[in-house]
Amino acid sequence: MSSATTPPDSDPNGRRRIHSMLKLYYGLNEEGKAADQAESLDPCDINGPHFDPEVYLNKLRKECSLGELMDHESCMVKQIRSLDSDMQTLVYENYNKFISATDTIRKMKNDFKKMEDEMDCLSANMASITEFSARISGTLQDQHAQITKLSGVHTLLRKLQFLFELPARLNKCLELQAYAQAVSAHRRARCVLQQYSHMPSFRGIQDDCHVIMEQLAQQLRQKFRDGGSSAKDLSECVELLLQLDEPAEELCDKFLSHAQSRLEADLQGLEAELKDSAVTDTGGGSVQKTSPGSNPVSPSSSVINPFLSPTAGTDILEFIDRGCNEFVSSLCLVIASYQELFINRPQEGELASKNIPEMANGKLHVFVDTLAARYFSLVERRIQEEKGVSDNSLLVRALDRFHRRLQAISKLLPGSAVPSHGTEIVVQAARQRIKQYLSALQTFYHDSLTDVRQALAAPRLAVGGASASGGGASSKDATPSLPELLASLSNFILNQLKSVLASVHLFTAKDITFSNKPYFKGEFCSQGVREGLVVSFIKFICQSSRQYCESAGDRGGSTPPALLLLLSRLCLDYETSTISYILTLTDEQFLVQHHTPVTPVTALCAEAREAAQKLLNHYVKVQGLIISQMLRKSVETRDWVNTIEPRNVRAVMKRVVEDTTSIDVQVGLLYEEGVRKAHSSDSSKRTFSVYSSSRQQIRYAPSYTPSAPMDTNLLSNIHKLFSERIDIFSPVEFNKVSVLTGIIKISLKTFLECVRLRTFGRYGLQQIQVDCHYLQMYLWRFVSDENLVHFLLDEIVCSAAHRCLDPSPMEQSVIEVICERAVRADWSDAVKANSVF
Amino acid sequence: MGSKHTNELTYDAQQCSPGSSSQAFSVVNVLCFLVFWLCIINAWAVVLSACFQARALTAQTAETDAIRFLVGTQSLKFDNQIHIIDFDDENNMINKSVLLHDAGEIWHISGSPADKAVLTTCYSKSEFCVCVSCRPASESRVLTCAAVWRMPPEWESGNHESPDDSSNNPQTLELLCHLDNTAHGSVACVLWEPMGDGKRLISLAENHVLLWDLQESSTKAKVSTATLEGKGQLKFTTGKWSPHHNSTQLATANDTAIRGWDLRSMSQIYCIENAHGQLVRDLDFNPNKQYYLASCGDDCKVKFWDVRHINEPVKCLEEHSHWVWSVRYNHSHDQLLLTGSSDSRVILSNMVSISSEPFGHLVDDDDLSDNEESQQEDKGKEPLQDSIIATYEEHEDSVYAVEWSVADPWLFASLSYDGRLVINRVPRALKYRILL
Repeated sequence: MSSATTPPDSDPNGRRRIHSMLKLYYGLNEEGKAADQAESLDPCDINGPHFDPEVYLNKLRKECSLGELMDHESCMVKQIRSLDSDMQTLVYENYNKFISATDTIRKMKNDFKKMEDEMDCLSANMASITEFSARISGTLQDQHAQITKLSGVHTLLRKLQFLFELPARLNKCLELQAYAQAVSAHRRARCVLQQYSHMPSFRGIQDDCHVIMEQLAQQLRQKFRDGGSSAKDLSECVELLLQLDEPAEELCDKFLSHAQSRLEADLQGLEAELKDSAVTDTGGGSVQKTSPGSNPVSPSSSVINPFLSPTAGTDILEFIDRGCNEFVSSLCLVIASYQELFINRPQEGELASKNIPEMANGKLHVFVDTLAARYFSLVERRIQEEKGVSDNSLLVRALDRFHRRLQAISKLLPGSAVPSHGTEIVVQAARQRIKQYLSALQTFYHDSLTDVRQALAAPRLAVGGASASGGGASSKDATPSLPELLASLSNFILNQLKSVLASVHLFTAKDITFSNKPYFKGEFCSQGVREGLVVSFIKFICQSSRQYCESAGDRGGSTPPALLLLLSRLCLDYETSTISYILTLTDEQFLVQHHTPVTPVTALCAEAREAAQKLLNHYVKVQGLIISQMLRKSVETRDWVNTIEPRNVRAVMKRVVEDTTSIDVQVGLLYEEGVRKAHSSDSSKRTFSVYSSSRQQIRYAPSYTPSAPMDTNLLSNIHKLFSERIDIFSPVEFNKVSVLTGIIKISLKTFLECVRLRTFGRYGLQQIQVDCHYLQMYLWRFVSDENLVHFLLDEIVCSAAHRCLDPSPMEQSVIEVICERAVRADWSDAVKANSVF
Repeated sequence: MGSKHTNELTYDAQQCSPGSSSQAFSVVNVLCFLVFWLCIINAWAVVLSACFQARALTAQTAETDAIRFLVGTQSLKFDNQIHIIDFDDENNMINKSVLLHDAGEIWHISGSPADKAVLTTCYSKSEFCVCVSCRPASESRVLTCAAVWRMPPEWESGNHESPDDSSNNPQTLELLCHLDNTAHGSVACVLWEPMGDGKRLISLAENHVLLWDLQESSTKAKVSTATLEGKGQLKFTTGKWSPHHNSTQLATANDTAIRGWDLRSMSQIYCIENAHGQLVRDLDFNPNKQYYLASCGDDCKVKFWDVRHINEPVKCLEEHSHWVWSVRYNHSHDQLLLTGSSDSRVILSNMVSISSEPFGHLVDDDDLSDNEESQQEDKGKEPLQDSIIATYEEHEDSVYAVEWSVADPWLFASLSYDGRLVINRVPRALKYRILL
């Protein structure tokens, strides 16, 4: 069997082939593959089992050339030769091995024979050993039982010894203060002693032990009471005492009372601080009065006052800090250790049945509540002292800290009412704060008004003079004009309100712990800030404005009329825009959700409008009164019977016109012009002359002649029937013309009534005629309906004529000449005044 | 009613325009007629005379049977008159008699409480000579004097039959006593002692209070005075003699202050400074509550005072739109208050809260018997609140005087400057509510 495919020269390959062949020989067909290969059916495979030399030869002869056949042949020969040599080597090797194996087997046969003998010997020995050991154990049986008994006695004796030594041992423990050891020893012995207590000796021991343990408990209690020991010691102490059947309730009480004394000390410290700060606060407060601002226009200088806080003394943040650090933290500590000692300890044995945690919990709650109540009262007092509204952030931070620290308690003591009470305090403080802000705002408002009043008082003459002479020229640069004052006033108020809102807003800031409480989300925003602060302030403005109308009395001296006008405009501005702006701002800032009904904007606006109306009415009344007084004095003090022939318009009339003009300017600064009834197209003069020549002549000129009194009177009566009734003190509209009409109405009606009370001579009547004509020339332009002025002046002249002893009226032309001269004099005065300016 | 109105109009025509054209007259007639029909349902108006202005009005205090008012005219040119207005309640008729008062124009008039024929007037005498044109009137001086007059006994009888006669030839008042005031200045008003025997009088002259004691037959008077001292020219504007305290107290007004005087010592007992913002025009004592006083003034307000607490008024009304010239308590039902003002309005108010009547009292016990009725009545009978009862706008000119009738407590008169006197009744509904 030779393979033609494998090259014969490769040594390893050849060896493997040999191996495989050997394997085949021994039937160790380890690899299925080889078998597969061997079973290839190709008859041409020279190594295959189905090799057919004939087919192979034929195939070769058919396929190959001669050269190739020659080569093949030589190759084949070479292979056969190598195979032969291989075979020889194998045979030789196998032979050698066979010989050595035969030798070995022979040797083994000898050894086994020897070993068999030895084994027999060993088994014999073992049998004898067994026999011996059985004999020994049989002899030792009795002694063993005795020993067991002896050892039992020994242990019992040791126990007894322990018992007898127990008192001494306990004493020693006591001396060494190894309380834990003592207690455990006692506990071990206790049952036994209890059981054998009927024996006198045991009883003695028990008694001794009792005495000692009593002593021990005493010591423990002492230690517990001293309290200087650390928390760990303390807890150990408590544990031991509990094991000694000490009543837990008593222990709780003791523990708490001990803790209380320490906490009280903290509280007293706080209280002392509170007193100190109170003293310094009042001291500081009195010093704080700042002098009124030198600059009257800006209220800021004097208005800082309410917003300053007392600088002396500890501020509230410090106080709260101290309270938190000292009191609250030690309270927490106490609660924690207490809970560890009495409530959270694992229950074992008979202690479990006593339901200690419940009892202890109850005690703890009472304890915490009482102490917290005291603490809260202190905090409340401190918060109440916080009157200055300077820095709200400080208060808010203090409250925040306060609230935050209380959360710790709520975590420790879930069912406690303390945190909710604390929240209440915060809420209370917030309410308080809002109130303080309101009052601060009110003070601010008052101060601003005082400033405005001062500003008005100083430049008023200058303004009046300038406007009267300059005919509506604006005021001097140095002094603020009314619109400026108004703007600055409303700006100041608005800014102040905004800053207050910003400060209050701190309460609801996100990082403040209590801001998510329901109160601060809902009620604080809507009821507190919106209603309590903003709405109240607006209402206050309206109300105080109204008070100006009422309290000032009718003398008009206390409130400058310009201030009334200013306030009226302010209220009107509030009605038109500011109120809705403020409220929108508030709603936006505080995200007010209206759960509860709130004051609607319209109601506030109505109130503001009413206040504005009232103020304006009062302004008209006051100004009218000032002019009326002038007119009244002029009529009452003069002797009209014996007066001289009129040559000029009386000075008082000029004064009336001047004042009216300056009022006109003043009102014009703040209010719009307003509508007039259709004017007669031309200027005053023509209108008047027409009026005087036609109507006046008909109206009263004939009445001077006594011959026909009937006609005139009837005519005047008829005229009255068809003219509208004039309400003298009637509400005015918010415009200049209406205001001026009101003032002029009041003045002229007064004039009329005064004239009716006097008796006139001829020249008295003429003087009245001149005066009325002069007034007519000026006043028509101020009023909404010039017929009103005509009518009232008519009535005055008519009444004067009736009250005249010698009614001979002046020629219309003469009147006109006198009046024109007066007017010209006025103009030249004005020009002179202007040139001076 | 129509006939009555025409009646009144005939007075006007007959007195004042005998010579005027008939056309003008008819116009006036129609107009006035229209006015009366328009505005007068429960009121009766009389125009004294187209040529007279008038300020002075009083009820005839001693007359308790007839409803009678006295009106004094004010005219510089004609002889002044005192018109006696009688109102016939049953027939709704107004009768007028005229007495001549030739001393001067009448500023104030008041009737004696004892003798219905006696009255006082304050009048201004003008010693002025119209005819002398060359002489300037520099010496002329107007002084207001006061005098006690007696009406001629026959005015009543002659009047009713022929009004034409009386108006054409009015009888003249008989001067009883001239209250000489030349030393003290012009007299503002004269007050009779309330409920007195008609012998004691007070006149207020400039800054003096003069207490007159009329002698037998009322022709002479003894005088004692009190003087108000003070800065500036002080001048009493008006005063009122208190009917309480045995008529020993007097209240006067000067400028804005109200002062109380004790007549026994003739000294001041209280002073309400700045009672009104402006001049105080009139005062009246509550007839039933001795410390209560009403005042009115140029600040358009009516204020009620308790003179024991003078710092604050008890109450303040502000209903008029111009000066309030006159305020009067009803004599028997002091919750009814009448005010007249130069805004030509008369206002009747019901001041329940400060009246002597129990305020807010419950429905009477007998109402409990019949429930149905009482329930219906309850609505109407809810406790009365202080309120304006009515505003009377019949006047065309300033109303300077209002007065309750003495005889009929539900009737009052008001007088405006143009000489129109309007007589009104308290609304019937209110009357019954007060009475029942």
